[in-house]
Amino acid sequence: MSTFNFPESIRSRPVYGTLQAQVGKSHLMIADAHGAEAVLEMAAKEPAMMAQSHIIYIPKGMQFGLQIQALKPAQYYEGPSYAAAVSRIKRVLSDAAMGLQIYLSGTEGLIGQAQYEVMQAGFDYTAIQTEHRGSVARRMQCVHCKGITEDVMIDPFQCSHCGLNLFVRDHYSRRLAAFQGVCIDAEEPGNVPPSVELYS
Amino acid sequence: MNVPAPNSTAPKLTGAEKIDVTITAIVPLNDLVTRFEFKRSDGSLFPTFSGGAHTVVEMQDGDRKRLNPYSLMSDPANRETFAISVRRDDEGRGGSLFMHNKVKIGDPMVISYPVNLFSLDLRARKHLFIAGGIGITPFLAQIKQLVRTNGNWELHYSCRNASLGSYVDELTQKYPHSVHIHYDDEKDFIDLENLLHGQPIGTHLYVCGPKGMIEWVRSTAGAAGWPTAHIHYEEFLAPKPGKPFAVRLAKSGVTVKVGAHESLLEAIERLGVEAPYLCRGGACGQCETDVIESDGAFMHRDHWLEDEEKALGVKIMPCVSRFEGKTLVLDR
Repeated sequence: MSTFNFPESIRSRPVYGTLQAQVGKSHLMIADAHGAEAVLEMAAKEPAMMAQSHIIYIPKGMQFGLQIQALKPAQYYEGPSYAAAVSRIKRVLSDAAMGLQIYLSGTEGLIGQAQYEVMQAGFDYTAIQTEHRGSVARRMQCVHCKGITEDVMIDPFQCSHCGLNLFVRDHYSRRLAAFQGVCIDAEEPGNVPPSVELYS
Repeated sequence: MNVPAPNSTAPKLTGAEKIDVTITAIVPLNDLVTRFEFKRSDGSLFPTFSGGAHTVVEMQDGDRKRLNPYSLMSDPANRETFAISVRRDDEGRGGSLFMHNKVKIGDPMVISYPVNLFSLDLRARKHLFIAGGIGITPFLAQIKQLVRTNGNWELHYSCRNASLGSYVDELTQKYPHSVHIHYDDEKDFIDLENLLHGQPIGTHLYVCGPKGMIEWVRSTAGAAGWPTAHIHYEEFLAPKPGKPFAVRLAKSGVTVKVGAHESLLEAIERLGVEAPYLCRGGACGQCETDVIESDGAFMHRDHWLEDEEKALGVKIMPCVSRFEGKTLVLDR
C-alpha cells in the first residue's frame, strides 16, 4: 500500500485527504508515481467523470501509465519529470474556466508545486483535492542559501547547494512549495547528530 | 492633513468606533431610493475604507435609538464625503422611513467607522458582480476601487423597472462594456447558468440583493462546481418583529422584556448593558452570546452560527434572533 499516516505536527505542515470526485464541468488530475493509484481509485467509483478529465502523469519509474490510459480520459499526458510537465500545467490552467475541479496526488513535492501553479491561476488552494501517495521524501529549501533540494529523505541533511548541515523542519511554505531547512550546528559548528531517515 | 484619533469620548466600545457627522446632501434618486451624504462635523477627513464596507448609522427617533447598517457607496478614495443610499421600506421597522422623512440637511448624526464584511478577494483574476435592486450599493464602491486599480470586473444588475434602477444611467454611461442591466418588467432576467459557464479560472463571484437572489446565485454556482471560497454574498437582515419575551442577563443581574418591535440586542442596550456588535444584521458574528439556560424555542435568523450550533441552542445572535418560551438566561 502506498499510503502513509503522517504524525500530527505544527499547523504549517500540509495535511492531505482522499481524492473524491467533485461536481464540476471538467476535471484536471495531476499525479506522480504512486499518485496514480489515487486517481485509479477515484475513477473506479466515478467512471463517468473521465469523459471530462485531463490527466497529467509523471511516472517517476512506476508502471501505471497504461492503466490510466485505459480509463479513457479526454486528454492524457505523460511527462518524464515535473519540470517537463509544468509548462503544460501552466497552459492548461491559463485556458481553464470556473467549474474545473482539480485533483493532485502523489509526493508532497508534486502536490506542493502543482498547488502553487493553481494558486497562481487565482484559484483558491482550499478548493483543491489532494491525496498523498508513495514516497515521503520532501522538497526542501535551505533558508540560508535559498537553494532547493528535491526528494530529501534524511534529517539532518547537508544542503546540496551550500553544504550547511540542515534540520529539516515541518515548517512549510506554500509560496515555495517547500519545507524549510535550518542550520543545525550554528552555535557549535560540527556538532551534528547522525542523520536518520524521515519518520524512522 | 491631520486625522484625529478615533473618538475617545465614545461612551462604550461595543460597536465600531463612532464618528460625528453632518448631513451635507440629500439626493432623491427615484420613488424609493435616496442618497445621503455626510461630512465630518469637525471638518477633518474620514478614514479610508475598502469597497464593500458598511457603516452603522445611529438614528435618534424620539426616545428610541435605531442603529442600522448601510453599505458605503461613495468612492473609497474620497475622504471628504461618505455616502449611503437608503431604500424606503414602508413595511420595515422604521429606520429607512426615519432617514427619508425626518433627516434634514445640516442635521448632526453619528455613524460608525467603516467595517467590511464583503470585501473583494484581491487574488481574483476577475470580479463578477450580481446585484439585485438596492443590493447595488456595495458594488458602487467596489467598482470605483477596481477602476482605480485597473481591475477586471463585470456587473450584472437586475432591477424591477427602469424608473427604479438606481445608478443605472451613471453606470451604463461610465462603463458601457462592463455593465449589464436587466429589468424584471421587461421579462429580462439574468441568464445565470450561461453567465457562469466559461468564466475564466480565478473568477470570484459576488452577490448582493434579496434573499431569494442570493440563494439562487449560491446554489447555481455551487451546482456548476464553483468553490465556496470563490462565492461571496452579503445580506443584512433587519430584525423581525415577534412575540415579546423576557430574558435574564446573568452577569448583569437584570431581567429585560424584549418588545414585539425591538430586537434582543436593542433591549439589552436599552437597559444600559454593554453588548458587543458590529453589523447588527446577523452577518459578522460579533454579538454572539452564550445561552446559560433556556426552556422554549429559538428563532435563529443569523448567517453566522452553524446549523448544528443553532440546533443545540447554546448560542444566540441577539441582533436578529428571538426566543419564545418560558425561560431564557444569557451570559451577559
